[in-house]
Amino acid sequence: MSDIAVSRHPLWWLHPAAVPKRLRGWVIPALLLLLWWAAFRFNWSDSALLVPISKVWQTAERLSSSGELWTALYASLRRDLAGFAIGTLVGLLVGAALGLSRLLEGLVGPTLNTLKQISLFAWIPLISMWFGLGDAAKVAFLSLAAFFPVVLNTFEGIRSVPPELIEAARVFGYRRDQILRRVVLPAALPSIFTGVYLALIYAWLATLGAEYLLTSGAGIGNLLTDGREHFWMDYVLLGIVIVGLVGFALNWIASRFEARLLRWRGHSTAQF
Amino acid sequence: MAHAGTLEIKNLNKQYTVKGEPLPVLENISLSIKPGEFVSIVGSSGCGKSTLLRLVIGLEQEYQGEILLDGKRIVGTSLDRGIVFQEHRLFPWLTVEQNVGVGLLNADLSPAQKKKTVDEHIALVGLKGFETAYPYQLSGGMSQRVAIARALVNRPEVLLLDEPFGALDALTRSHLQQELQRIWEAEGITAILVTHDVEEAVYLGDRVVVMQPRPGRIKRIVDVPLPRSRDRGSYAFSQIKDDVLSEFSDTPHSDVKLVTPQESLGANWQFAW
Repeated sequence: MSDIAVSRHPLWWLHPAAVPKRLRGWVIPALLLLLWWAAFRFNWSDSALLVPISKVWQTAERLSSSGELWTALYASLRRDLAGFAIGTLVGLLVGAALGLSRLLEGLVGPTLNTLKQISLFAWIPLISMWFGLGDAAKVAFLSLAAFFPVVLNTFEGIRSVPPELIEAARVFGYRRDQILRRVVLPAALPSIFTGVYLALIYAWLATLGAEYLLTSGAGIGNLLTDGREHFWMDYVLLGIVIVGLVGFALNWIASRFEARLLRWRGHSTAQF
Repeated sequence: MAHAGTLEIKNLNKQYTVKGEPLPVLENISLSIKPGEFVSIVGSSGCGKSTLLRLVIGLEQEYQGEILLDGKRIVGTSLDRGIVFQEHRLFPWLTVEQNVGVGLLNADLSPAQKKKTVDEHIALVGLKGFETAYPYQLSGGMSQRVAIARALVNRPEVLLLDEPFGALDALTRSHLQQELQRIWEAEGITAILVTHDVEEAVYLGDRVVVMQPRPGRIKRIVDVPLPRSRDRGSYAFSQIKDDVLSEFSDTPHSDVKLVTPQESLGANWQFAW
């Protein structure tokens, strides 16, 4: 039984077994890189709107050894995490308070539901007038971006805890604090996680938005702005690659975390 | 072995208020249950049989009359009463052994004692080897076994069962009925089963309480003086089953007794697994 004797069907590469599952996600990025490389190798384009991969790589090396890249990345990640942390923390507290108290829900809910309809970017003028163009303004904007998904999903998660499970706990004489800690919290956790996960994504998207619109200081967004203004295509492309890689890394961390925390569900929200 | 409780219900009345009007749900229920007795309660939906269980377990506390366990009035929920609901109501974030342990959170036992009693009850319901499985990995029947173990883990005096097998397929149901009988005998506990399945009621009960709806009242109490394990295909079993069933039809009681043994056997014949 040798492989040589087997004549392959002309469409064998469409068969599910042609590409192992783990590698499937890499097919399109690999093809795009190949296309990019080929465009220069075979002189398909001489437009200044595209630079060779090698040029981007060189720029990456140069900016990295000069420290510029790390300064920018550090500045972006720091404000991303600061905004994410503040927004998530406040979102968790407010969401839990609204979920546990009908009174608070009645008082705060309608206002919150109106505010969430306002496009995030519509806050930028207000925020820049209050907080200026520096880090404080950016972190405030990021907090807002992280706050809404967390508050809504936390509230929703607590409200949709099955009353049957609470009854089951009451049968075993659970006190109110025991019901909160051992029934409400774990039952609401998947929804809370969805909120925090969305906050992680929104905060990173908003980091770029904030750096782009509140231009001052360092950051990956500023790298992109510089590239555009000076028509440095390599800067722009490098910036995009880094933004994508960071997003990918954050998503990966979230999915690892979820797999550990919510393994009882047998499936996951965070995917890539 | 647990101490089996004596349950006494005296002149129990319960009503809900719907749109300002009192709506009677249970009317003048009196029932005395001996220690270690298995009582089945059958009735069509809306006859208040589940409400009766909710009162006995203590999830609802407003009623007139008396519910006494070993002579003491029932106030709220307590570890001396366990319940199995129609849905298993397991906590999906806990494993089988953790779910059984849920009942022991407020029990006065050392961690080692808790571990031991959890293990014993998992073995009792025949789930050894599944200790670390999550509910989503279990079938409906297995989940209900876990729910039974959880209800029994505090060694309650009374076990209440609210249509525990209603959502299961026929094969699993009849198997779990046998299992429940075995567990009840092993624990020597007082049990009250609410069901709308007359055969289940007769198979498991020492007595079958027939309830009628609007408002829920006791219509009749039928004794089941058959030795265990009972043979569902036997003539005596069918007779009692028909007797109980006749309470649900408009046919007068005497007419049902005219059914000849041969016909009755044929009509009710089934596999006795």
